[in-house]
Amino acid sequence: MIGALAGFGAAAALPPLARAAVFNPKTFTLANGLTVVVIENHRMPVVRQMLFYRVGSADDPPGKSGVAHYLEHLMFKGTRTTKPNEFSKIVARNGGRDNAFTSADATGYYQTVASGRLELVMRMEADRMANLVVDPKEAAPELKVVVEERRSRTDNRPAAQLAEQMTAALFLIYPYRNPIIGWKHELEKLTLADTMAFYRKYYGPNNAILVVTGDITVDQVRPLAEKYYGPIPSGPKITRRANIAEPPQRAARRVILRSSRVREPRWSRDYLAPSRGQGRGRRADALEMLDVILGTGATSRLYRALVIEKKLALSVGTAYDADMLGPTAFGIYARPKQGVALATLESAVEAEIARLLAHGVTEAEVMAAKKRLLAGAIFARDSLRRGASAIGTALTSGQSIADVENWPEYIEKVTPAQILEAARDVFRIERSVTGLLLPAPKSADGGAAAKKRANTGGGPRPGRGK
Amino acid sequence: MIATARRAGNLRLGALALAAVLLWALPADALRIKEVTSPKGIKGWLIQDATVPLFTMNFAFRGAAALDPVGKEGLAEFVSSLLDEGAGDLGAQAFQARLENNSIAMRFGAGADYFSGSIRALVEYRPLATDLLRMALSAPRFDPEPVARIRDQYLSSVRRRMERPGYTARHAWKVAVFKDHPYGRELDGTEASLKAIGVSDLKQFVAKRFARDVLVVAAVGDIDEAAFGQMMDRAFGDLPARAAPASLPEAKIGGAGKIIVTQRDFPQSVAVFGHGGIKRNHPDYYAALIVNYVLGGGGLTSRLATEIREKRGLAYSVYSRLVTMEHAGIITGRVATANARIAESLALIRQLWAKIAKDGITTEELSDTKSYLTGSFFTRLNSTRRIARLLVSIQLQDLGIDYLDRRNRLINAVTLDQTRRVAARLFKPGDLTISVVGRPKGVVSRP
Repeated sequence: MIGALAGFGAAAALPPLARAAVFNPKTFTLANGLTVVVIENHRMPVVRQMLFYRVGSADDPPGKSGVAHYLEHLMFKGTRTTKPNEFSKIVARNGGRDNAFTSADATGYYQTVASGRLELVMRMEADRMANLVVDPKEAAPELKVVVEERRSRTDNRPAAQLAEQMTAALFLIYPYRNPIIGWKHELEKLTLADTMAFYRKYYGPNNAILVVTGDITVDQVRPLAEKYYGPIPSGPKITRRANIAEPPQRAARRVILRSSRVREPRWSRDYLAPSRGQGRGRRADALEMLDVILGTGATSRLYRALVIEKKLALSVGTAYDADMLGPTAFGIYARPKQGVALATLESAVEAEIARLLAHGVTEAEVMAAKKRLLAGAIFARDSLRRGASAIGTALTSGQSIADVENWPEYIEKVTPAQILEAARDVFRIERSVTGLLLPAPKSADGGAAAKKRANTGGGPRPGRGK
Repeated sequence: MIATARRAGNLRLGALALAAVLLWALPADALRIKEVTSPKGIKGWLIQDATVPLFTMNFAFRGAAALDPVGKEGLAEFVSSLLDEGAGDLGAQAFQARLENNSIAMRFGAGADYFSGSIRALVEYRPLATDLLRMALSAPRFDPEPVARIRDQYLSSVRRRMERPGYTARHAWKVAVFKDHPYGRELDGTEASLKAIGVSDLKQFVAKRFARDVLVVAAVGDIDEAAFGQMMDRAFGDLPARAAPASLPEAKIGGAGKIIVTQRDFPQSVAVFGHGGIKRNHPDYYAALIVNYVLGGGGLTSRLATEIREKRGLAYSVYSRLVTMEHAGIITGRVATANARIAESLALIRQLWAKIAKDGITTEELSDTKSYLTGSFFTRLNSTRRIARLLVSIQLQDLGIDYLDRRNRLINAVTLDQTRRVAARLFKPGDLTISVVGRPKGVVSRP
C-alpha cells in the first residue's frame, strides 16, 4: 500500500524551507517483505534503480572480515542464466551504467538507464537476488582483485592505514572496528562457501529495499516489482546486531603512525557519538548542527580560530555521520602549518572545545546553521542519486522514511541548549581516539623537524577532559 | 534457505540486448537549449528547468594554466582559490560568510586550457549570488592574509602529492611525453614557483585573462531568458571586451617507447601509460572513441578490464581514455598492481594494444559500443550542475548548439572499416610511454 508520508502538523510555525517535505517518496511492501520506494523526477527520461540490502561489513562473521564486500564483487559473477560479468555488459549495451557499494550497514546495487529499460534491470537485479551461481574459477581471481583494491585504498596510503587503526581503537567491541574491505590476513582466506552462506542468509527480499527514482510513477513500478521480485520467497528473519553495544569507555587512546611516505603531518580525533539508528532522542540533529557551527567551512569556529586568527593550521574541520545503525564518531581533523607541533595544534583545538562547553553556541550561529542545512535539503532534490541514497541509507540504518521527510522539521526545532547538551555528552576524552600521522624521523625533507614534532606531539599522555 | 530453493525459471536475459544498435531518441523537451543575448551583448546558453527552485550558472574563459609564465607555474590555480577570499568592499571572512550563510556555492578551477567557474543557489539568492560573482571576477582584493594562507595551503599540497604514487607516475609521464611544452610543466605549481608568485602576478592574470571575448556561459534551472540576460550583464558586464593576446604551440608528442621507473616504497606499483592520440575536432574522433571504449574505456566490460582484472585478478582498476586538449590529443591509462606482478599487467596492456591495432574491433563490439555511448550519454545528465557543465564544454569545443541533436547520429554513422583504420593508425604498442612508481619487479627503465 502507498504510504502517505510526512504530514506536518506543526507547519504553520515554520519558515517555508522547513515545510517542504524532502523527497516526497511513495512506498509499498510486497508480500515477501520487500520494501519498495519510488521518487519521481521527470526532468530527463531516465530512471535509477537502487537495491539496498540491510547488511554490511559490520555483519561480517568473526574472523571473516571483508565477506560482505567480497560478496558484492561476486554478485557480478553470474546466475543460473547469466554468464560471469554478463550483468554489466547487458546494462552497458542497453545504454545504461551500473555499479555497487558496500558500507558498514548496507550493500547496494544500482543502475541508471533510460526509463524504457527499467524492466530489464529489474528482471536482472531480481534474478541475482535469487539465483546467484559462482564458479570457483571466477571467485579465485576476484579475491585477488579485492586484495589489489585493498592495496590501492589502504596499504598504499599511510593516512588510510592510520584511519583504519583509529577506527579499530575507537570501537572496543562494536564491529565497525573492522574495515569494510577486511583485514588482509582474513580477506585472503575468505572462501566461496563462506560467501555463499552469507548470501543465503542476508539476500532475501524481506531484508532488502528497492528504490526507484526518476521518470517513472509508482503505478508503473508496482506491477514490475510484483512480477520480478514478487515470486522470490522470503529469506530467514534477520535481527540486526541486537545484542551488540559498546561497553563503557574509560581510557583515552592515542594512535601514532610514522612513515617515510608521509610528507605532511596531520592531527585528528574521533569521539564516540550517538547515531540516528540508535534512536537516542533527537541528539543526532543537534550534533549535525554542531558539525556545521564548529567545523564546516571557512567561517566555522575552528577555521576562524586556528587558521585565520592563531595561524597554527592550514586546514581544520569536523565530520559527523548520523546515519548509522550503531554508534558513530564525531571527528575533528587538522593539518599544522610548517613548524607547528601537533601538540600545539591539539591544545588549540581543545581550547575551542573548552570555550564551546563553557559558553555554548549563540542564537545567531544556530539560525545560520539551520538555514544552511535546510537549503541543503532542497539541493538534494536536484539529482537522482541523492534521494535514492538518502532513503536507502535511512532504511538500512534503523530509520524510517518519515525520519528522512521530517528531517527539516527536526533541524528547525534544535535549540542552543540542546547543542550544548549534545556537545557535553560527546566531547569526553575517555571516549576518544587521537591519531597522529607523522613523517618517519629520517624522512628526506628535514628529519630534525620531524623528530621534534614526534617528540612534542607523539608520546602517550594522559587524557585531558574538558 | 539455499539459492536453488529460490526462484527458478529461465529469464532469457540476453534477449533484449541482442537487438542490433538501439536507437535513442533525444529527450528534446528536457534539453531544449536557447541562445540568449544579454542587453550588453553577452551570449549564453540556457535550459529552463523548474524541477527544483534553484539554478546553476557555469562559465569558462579560454586561456588558463598552460599560459602561466615559466617559473610561476601554479598562477592560474592560485588565482582560482583567491577570488572568493575577499572582493570589492568585503574582506575574506565577510565574503565567505555571504556565501555560506546563503548557501551559495561558488567554485573556480584552473585547467591547462580553460579557467572555469560556477555558481549555484536557490532562486531567491540569484541577485546576491550574481553580485558576489561580479565582485570576485572584477574586483578581487588579494589581501595579504588570504594570499599568505592560501599559498601555505598550496605549498603543503605540493609536498603532500609526493605521498601519492599516482601523482608521481603521471607527472613523470607528462614530462616524457610533452617535454618542453607547457602541458608538461607542473601547472599546480612547485615550491619554488608558488613562492615566486606575487600579488602583481595575480592581478595581471585577472586583468589579462578574464574578458568577454574568451568567455562562454551556460545556465540551467528555474530562470527565464530575461533574468539570465540580466544576470550575465551583472556578472560579466564589467569585464574588458578583449583578453590579452596569447597563443600556445601544438604539442609534439615525444617519449615513444620510453619506460620510467621511479623507486618508492609502496606495496603496489602504479603505472601510467599512453602515447599520442586524436584531437576533439578530428573527423575520426568518434571512431577513436569507439575503439578506445572497447579497449579500455568501458569500466568492467573493456578488454583491458576483462584480461587484467576479471580473468587474472591483477588490478582493481585499469583503464585507457582519450584526452583531448586545445593543442594535443593523447590516449592514456593507468593500472595499479602488486609490485611482484606489475610486469604481467604491463605485458598484457602491450599485447591488447597490439591486438586492437592489428585486428580492430568486432561487429558485435561496434554495435554494443554504439548502444552504450548513445544511450548512456543522457543518463549522466541527472542534475542541473552536470547539464550546465556539458553546455559549457560543448561551447568550448565549438561543437555547435545543435550538437545534442547530432551527437548520436555521428556515433551511429561510424563504420567497422573506419574503426579498423583508426585502430591501426592510432594504437601503437611500440610507442607506449610507461611510467611506474613503486618497487616493481621485472620492470626496468628504458630511455
